[in-house]
Amino acid sequence: MGQDVLIEEIVPGAEKLPDFRGESSWVVAKEKLPELMTSLKAMGFTYLVDLTAVDHHGTDPRFEVVYELCNLRHKKHIRIKTKVGEGDAVPTVSNIWRTADWHEREAWDMVGVRFANHPDLRRILMWDGYPHHPLRKDFPLEGLPTEMPDIAFTSKAPLEGGPFVTSSASFTQDREPRAHPAEEGSV
Amino acid sequence: MSTTTLEFGDTLARTAECEDVGEKLVLNIGPSHPSTHGVLRLVLELDGEVITKVDTDVGYLHRGDEKIAENMTWNQFVPYTDRLDYMAPLANNVAYACAVEKLMGFELPPRAKVTRVICCELARISAHLLGLGAFAMDVGAMTMFLYTFTEREKIYNLIELLTGARFTTSFTRVGGQTRDIPPGFLEGVTEFCTQFPGRLDEFGSMLNRNRIFVDRTKDLGVIPADIALDYGLTGPNLRGSGNPYDVRRTFPYLDYQTYDFEVPVGSTGDCYDRFAVRMEEMRQSILILRQAVAKMPGGAWQVHDPKNVLPAKDKVLTKMEELIHQFLVVTQGPDAPVGEIYFGAENPKGELGFYLNSRGGGVPYRLKIRAPSFCNLSILNHLLPGHTVSDVPAILGSFDFVMGECDR
Repeated sequence: MGQDVLIEEIVPGAEKLPDFRGESSWVVAKEKLPELMTSLKAMGFTYLVDLTAVDHHGTDPRFEVVYELCNLRHKKHIRIKTKVGEGDAVPTVSNIWRTADWHEREAWDMVGVRFANHPDLRRILMWDGYPHHPLRKDFPLEGLPTEMPDIAFTSKAPLEGGPFVTSSASFTQDREPRAHPAEEGSV
Repeated sequence: MSTTTLEFGDTLARTAECEDVGEKLVLNIGPSHPSTHGVLRLVLELDGEVITKVDTDVGYLHRGDEKIAENMTWNQFVPYTDRLDYMAPLANNVAYACAVEKLMGFELPPRAKVTRVICCELARISAHLLGLGAFAMDVGAMTMFLYTFTEREKIYNLIELLTGARFTTSFTRVGGQTRDIPPGFLEGVTEFCTQFPGRLDEFGSMLNRNRIFVDRTKDLGVIPADIALDYGLTGPNLRGSGNPYDVRRTFPYLDYQTYDFEVPVGSTGDCYDRFAVRMEEMRQSILILRQAVAKMPGGAWQVHDPKNVLPAKDKVLTKMEELIHQFLVVTQGPDAPVGEIYFGAENPKGELGFYLNSRGGGVPYRLKIRAPSFCNLSILNHLLPGHTVSDVPAILGSFDFVMGECDR
C-alpha cells in the first residue's frame, strides 16, 4: 500500500491500473518518466528486470513501453508503463540503469520506438540498414523483401500464413515448405 | 635486459598509460569462433595486446521467436522454448508454462509442482556441466569436457525416460505436463543423486587447485556487485559478484520456499568465483532433487479445467466430451483472460522472464522473452576493455551464455 502513495507523490498524474494476478502497474506520462525512474531507483528499485514495447496498432498513441522493476531488498515487483505515438520519442532510462541500453536498442529495432538521448540507438538483432520493424502488428509474419542483395534471406519466407502450414501435394518434396526451391537435378 | 612481471589485475590500470601510444588495431572475433560459443561477434580495438574498446554484436541467431509466438496458440509455442537456452530445454519449458499459468490463474496440483522442480534441477545440473566443460576447454583443459559429458549422458537418459526426447523435450503444457512421470524415473533420479556428488568432487579437484586454470581465471574479469545488477546480470554471474539474488528465494514459484537449500555467492566477482558458484549450485541442486523425490505426492498431475487443459489421451480415444475438449484446446488454444503478467524463473543462465500481454483468447498479443544471456552479455562492452585478447576466451567461458537465447 505504501508504494501506491509514494508513486502518487512523485508523479501526481500517475494512473494506477487494477491489480492483476498480484501485480501492480502504473501508467505515467512519458515526460514524467526520468523523474519517476530516478526516484524509484533511489527508493531501492535497483534492478530493471525488463523493458519492452508493445504495438497497439490502430489506437492512438500507438505504442506502449513497459518497464518491469524489482526491489530485491523488499521483494517487490512493479510495472511502469508509458504511451508514445508513432514518430515520438520516450526519454531514455539507460543513464539510470545501464541494462536499459540494450533493451532500448531492441525495442527500437523490433517495434520502432525511439528513445530520446540514448547514447547509441542502433539496431541490435536485425542488421544495420534493415528498413522495417518486425514486431509491429502491420509487419506480416512471412516478412517483407528488402533491397540488400548481398545478404541471404532478403526475400519473403514461404510460410504461407503459418509455420506449420503445408500444402496438399502428393510428393513430400512439394508438400514441405522450403526456404529455397530445390535446385534442378538435385532430386 | 630487465623484465617486469605483469599481473592480470594491473591491465585495467595500464590502459590509461597505453593511451596514444602507437596505432590501434581493430580485431574481429566471431561470429563463428570456438570461444564465442555460437555466433557472438566481438569487434575489439587493440592497443598492442590490451583491449581498449569493444563493440559486442549480437543477433546472428535471431529467429523472430516473439513474432512467431503472436501467431500461434499458447501450447504451440512450447517447442520454441526448447530452442532458447538449448542446454536446458526442460527449465525453459517449465518457465514458459508457469508464466502462462500465472496469466490463466491456475494453481498447479502438488504432484505437477514437484515434477517440475525435478525438471528444473536436472536441467540446471546438465547446463552447468556443459558450461563447466566448455569453460575448462576454453582455458586449455580438454579432459574436463569429456568427463562432464559422461555425466550429462546420464541426465539425458533420465530426461529421455521422462519426456521421450533427449534434447528438445517440449515437456510442459499449459496446466501440466504431457504425461505423468514414468515408472522407474524416481529411482533413476535417486541413483543419479547417489553417484553424482562423488564425480563432482573429482571434477572440482581437477580444476580448483589446477595451476593453469586458477592462473587464468583468478582476479580476471572482476565485476563489482552493484555494476553487475546495474547491467541486469542474473544467475551465477550475479551471484559470483556477491549479490544473493535468486528468483527461487526472492520470488518463490513451484513452492521452492519449502525446499531446504543454500544460495552460494562469490566474494570478488572474478571468473573463478563464477566457476565456484556453479560448482556449488550443482551440489545444492542434488539436495533439492533428493527432497523432491522424497516428497513426491500422488494425485493429479495437471490442473482440472477441461476447457483449457488437454485431456488424458485414453479418454480422448473413448469419450465424446473429452474428444470435443481436445479439439477445442488444440485448435483454439487455452482461453486466456485479458491482462498482462511478468513471470521470472531461475534458469541455469539466470532469470528467464516472460512478459505476456493478452487480449483474451488462445493467442498471445505480445510475448516478450527476457533472456538472461542477452542481459549478461550487455556488460561485455564495459568489462573487456583493459584485458588482453587472451583473456577474452576465459571471460566468455565464465559467462556461460547461449546465443539461441540471447538472439531469440
